[in-house]
Amino acid sequence: MSILVNKETRLIVQGFTGSQGTLHSEQSIEYGTNIVGGVTPGKGGKEHLGKPVFNSVKEAVDKVEPNASIIFVPARFCKDSIMEAAEAGIKLIICITEGVPTIDMLDVKKYVDNVGVRLIGPNCPGVITPGEAKLGIMPGNIHLPGSIGIISRSGTLTYEAVKQTTDLGFGQSSCVGIGGDPIPGSSFIDMLKLFEEDTQTEAIVMVGEIGGTAEEAAAEYIKDNISKPVISYIAGQTAPAGKRMGHAGAIIAGGKGTAADKISKLKECGVHVADNLVEIGNKVAEVLKTN
Amino acid sequence: MNLHEYQGKLLFAEYNLPVSKGKVIFDAKNAVDACNEIGGTKWVVKAQVHAGGRGKAGGVELIDSPEEAEAFAKRWLGKKLVTYQTDKEGQLVNSILIEECTNISKELYLSAVIDRDSQKIVFIGSSEGGVNIEEVATNSPEKIIYQAVEFKDKSLPDHAKNIANVLKLNDEQTNQFIPMIDNLLRLFVEKDLSLLEINPLVINSSGDLHCLDAKVNIDSNALFRQPELLEMHDETQEDPREAEAAKNDLSYVSLDGNIGCMVNGAGLAMGTMDTIKFFGGNPANFLDVGGTATQERVAKAFKIILKDPNVKVVLVNIFGGIVRCDVIAKGIIAAIKEVDIKVPVVVRLEGNNADVGAKILSKANIKIESINSLSDAAKKAVELAK
Repeated sequence: MSILVNKETRLIVQGFTGSQGTLHSEQSIEYGTNIVGGVTPGKGGKEHLGKPVFNSVKEAVDKVEPNASIIFVPARFCKDSIMEAAEAGIKLIICITEGVPTIDMLDVKKYVDNVGVRLIGPNCPGVITPGEAKLGIMPGNIHLPGSIGIISRSGTLTYEAVKQTTDLGFGQSSCVGIGGDPIPGSSFIDMLKLFEEDTQTEAIVMVGEIGGTAEEAAAEYIKDNISKPVISYIAGQTAPAGKRMGHAGAIIAGGKGTAADKISKLKECGVHVADNLVEIGNKVAEVLKTN
Repeated sequence: MNLHEYQGKLLFAEYNLPVSKGKVIFDAKNAVDACNEIGGTKWVVKAQVHAGGRGKAGGVELIDSPEEAEAFAKRWLGKKLVTYQTDKEGQLVNSILIEECTNISKELYLSAVIDRDSQKIVFIGSSEGGVNIEEVATNSPEKIIYQAVEFKDKSLPDHAKNIANVLKLNDEQTNQFIPMIDNLLRLFVEKDLSLLEINPLVINSSGDLHCLDAKVNIDSNALFRQPELLEMHDETQEDPREAEAAKNDLSYVSLDGNIGCMVNGAGLAMGTMDTIKFFGGNPANFLDVGGTATQERVAKAFKIILKDPNVKVVLVNIFGGIVRCDVIAKGIIAAIKEVDIKVPVVVRLEGNNADVGAKILSKANIKIESINSLSDAAKKAVELAK
């Protein structure tokens, strides 16, 4: 078991023939991901990386029956690409692209929720189920099939948590980067729900950062709904208030969403908090030993 | 991206929102003409900077002769205004807004933001305007309304009425307020705003609603489709190093410590700063070098970090994902040679081909401390910074 993606996933790539789409599709195929085709308007009928190219998602759905899509198109086209995939009946859409306007995401989020489509991202590293399928830009080689479910708002920070759980031999059931934007397609809570139901997952690592109140909401949810141990780390403990730290999400406005607030809320709700980035793996080991 | 008050008010006027008659000047010699053109016998002169708290800092004055406007402009243009919202250097004043004087009978508060929790645009209104709204929120939360709204939603007039009730508007003012909310929401969506604040929104002596201030922030991700707003960008209001980094597509924020940081990914960059602090050091900056840490980008990042004279050591922390660590290592060495760095550099490479990368770094004929563990690398940087 795992969440969201596995060997059965039939993936199409939107923005397949662009430089990012090409680079990451190559690596995903190498990892063993079943890419069944790609979409680039105007290039339909051609072949790319040994896979068929289609003009539209609809055409791809008719011909190769994909059940997931990954999006690498430029930010200004993401709204249309996500809507197109959702309209064509794709139920899992992963948008890697960074820099999608927030106003676009308000419409997108409302739409995908209404039609029951699971959107991950934008501005995220994607989803991986180690040993089965890699739908994203994460380095495959640091992962190991195993028992830890990882959820994170950040890319390279996720890789740290992955590397540490791999080095200690736990491995991961699945890893999901939900992205750092103000309006993400999926929240920590959406993913916590899936990991709670997944039999392979024994513990969950949730990597958060300053800004917003997603971690606080997740903490409340964990208290009432999650039976598995949750280990968390919050980045940005030393970030000064009011300064924007790269991610659109990582800004502390009006004193809300500070690391201290988040950490105390998480602890209050029974989450095990690693004090330091380098201690995530050790914290997992400590918690699993006592459980 | 922030706008100046006068730019925000141009947008307000475009959307039929009630703003004062005014003129912006960039040169003191135009002050008298501007006052005469506006007319009347009393004016307000306002120094334009990207920060609040201008009134208390002397950046806003009520005057009753055009000569005073000229004197005010001479006093402030080219100078820096320090308010409680700026750093201790202050913000450069390069324009002055002169407006006709408004007689105020009541000050209210109105703003709109994108709310992450409800995933909607939310209007925030209060009957207590012109003051620090955070204080009102803490001390008398019942005086504040948070109203989620949706563009082109039929219930928008009802939502506007909910806000009007909390603002204690009379029937006539409520009739003005309903289209005002509609216009503000259109402005917010069509111009890709991330924040809009009118503090204060006032009721003037004739009993009409009037926007006395305008704070507007635009979603930087949407500037590609807002070319006329992009032209309003005032680089002088930003930290020069941050502005230069932005030009190079690097994300940089200057801080007050002495350990320069170069990291790939915003989350890991914050995590690295935290780790430095954890071991007793102080980061000099936040810098996200991005997903592709090429020699060119690394060199630019080094240059920006080293413009800060406080930097005693640079800690490079790269998690090589798609780009292999051996490629990154070569890029770092070339960049260090290119920039001719005098301070010690501690490099931690992890991920794809990390061992090969470390070997390349240790064999390079330059002063680099290559350390594989992040805690050890951070400790080393803290020690070298002492």
